Amino acid sequence: MADKPSDAQILEGLAGIVEDIAGVSPEDVTADKSFVDDLDIDSLSMVEIAVQAEDKFGVKIPDDELANLKTVGDAVNYVSANA
Amino acid sequence: MSNVDVVITGLGATTPLGGDVTSTWDALLAGVNGIRSNDAEWVERYDLPARLSAPLAVEPTDVLPRVQARRLDRCEQIAVIAARQAWADAGFELPGDERESVDPDRLGVSIGTGIGGPKTLLDQDDILEQQGLRKVSPLTVPMLMPNGPAAHVGIELRARAGVHSPASACASGAEGLANAWQMIQNGRADVVVAGGAEACIHPITVAGFCQSRTLSTRNDDPAAASRPFDTARDGFVLGEGAGVLVLERADHAAARGAKVYGRLAGYGMTSDAHHITGNHPEGLGQIRAIQNAVRTAGLTAADIGHVNAHATSTVVGDVGEAAAIRKALGPHPVLTAPKASLGHLVGGAGAVESIITVLSLYYGVVPATRNLEDLDPRVELDVVTGQPRKVELTAAVNDSFGFGGHNVALVFTAA
Repeated sequence: MADKPSDAQILEGLAGIVEDIAGVSPEDVTADKSFVDDLDIDSLSMVEIAVQAEDKFGVKIPDDELANLKTVGDAVNYVSANA
Repeated sequence: MSNVDVVITGLGATTPLGGDVTSTWDALLAGVNGIRSNDAEWVERYDLPARLSAPLAVEPTDVLPRVQARRLDRCEQIAVIAARQAWADAGFELPGDERESVDPDRLGVSIGTGIGGPKTLLDQDDILEQQGLRKVSPLTVPMLMPNGPAAHVGIELRARAGVHSPASACASGAEGLANAWQMIQNGRADVVVAGGAEACIHPITVAGFCQSRTLSTRNDDPAAASRPFDTARDGFVLGEGAGVLVLERADHAAARGAKVYGRLAGYGMTSDAHHITGNHPEGLGQIRAIQNAVRTAGLTAADIGHVNAHATSTVVGDVGEAAAIRKALGPHPVLTAPKASLGHLVGGAGAVESIITVLSLYYGVVPATRNLEDLDPRVELDVVTGQPRKVELTAAVNDSFGFGGHNVALVFTAA
């Protein structure tokens, strides 16, 4: 098992996924940003992002949890707590 | 009841001959061949008897932004590309937040496809089989659905008068145009972005066409493989491409000073009710489609100087169409069969070939039919060969016929 990633590492990893799926520049992916309202990511892309995040960080993101991840910071905290 | 005058104000295409209308038209006039050996590894793996295809000259992923491309099936990609070209050619700007080029409630889309996204369907099925549910793309359904190309164009251009996607196999693109014309006649729209798209060069599609014995197997000579009306023809070559035209109420176009390429003056659509792949032996459905189109346009057979034939290079289909044209119009129209150069674009064919028909009227020149060296004696018509022919034209017909017995004839008139 690798060491638990830091929040900064999780944010960097998420930003890479978001760039790949939705074309959002990594510097725009900051903790306070809303996936839907700020980054213009739709529900279909959120599913793809969640699957990639599960693989990258070794976490499970059930649908009812995914619905609560409104901001990038929410996602970082969820991954951090469950990785 | 007289028709509303419907003009063509924009053209867009991506085809085996070029990534836009101008390059496609120039290549067609120059007699360029778009047919290639199909060197995909799966041709060898499945030992497919037909080893030819007419792939796009320009890869759509080289044109579209990466993130947009990954959300679209190839068929949707090329519909969007052709629609953008047609939209810009018509002098419209892409919708911004502040300003609309056209009232969205008066803007429609009618873009057909024969098959839709078979590659998406089968690739995602492989993923489901091999990697399980969670790796299946959430975009699977919107990428494989046959209304996807029309829907994406409608969203991009903010068309709210209705988005339609006729599916009538190889007549889909022509039916897209016929439906668009009807939308304007009915008063549902002032502008309709219309045409067809297809990108289905895939093992299962090719295998299926091989099994129906409809493809050319002249594998050793790709440039000579598609030869409509020639005695040595042995089947069609599967191609991919999209064509989109902007149809517009003439007064709407005049009010904004738009350039006009010509008119879509009428259509005829009939069905054979005969056989799922073969056309009616007496061509009754085709004859009625052409006659209805001419009548709807308020013209007579004598007015039609040119026919852009469906002629796919199959043994039975080409002579049946030639007989139908002669019966419906007489011996005088000058013919061309662009599938000799383009291959068969299936749902894109009727739209791309309509663009060619419009440009033939606009420039007064009919492209030559490649590979027509020995005209089948049953084709008792004047088919242009060798060099393009200058012809003064006022009206022309584009024929499209599809598996299922769908017959669509469109009448275009000069600007």
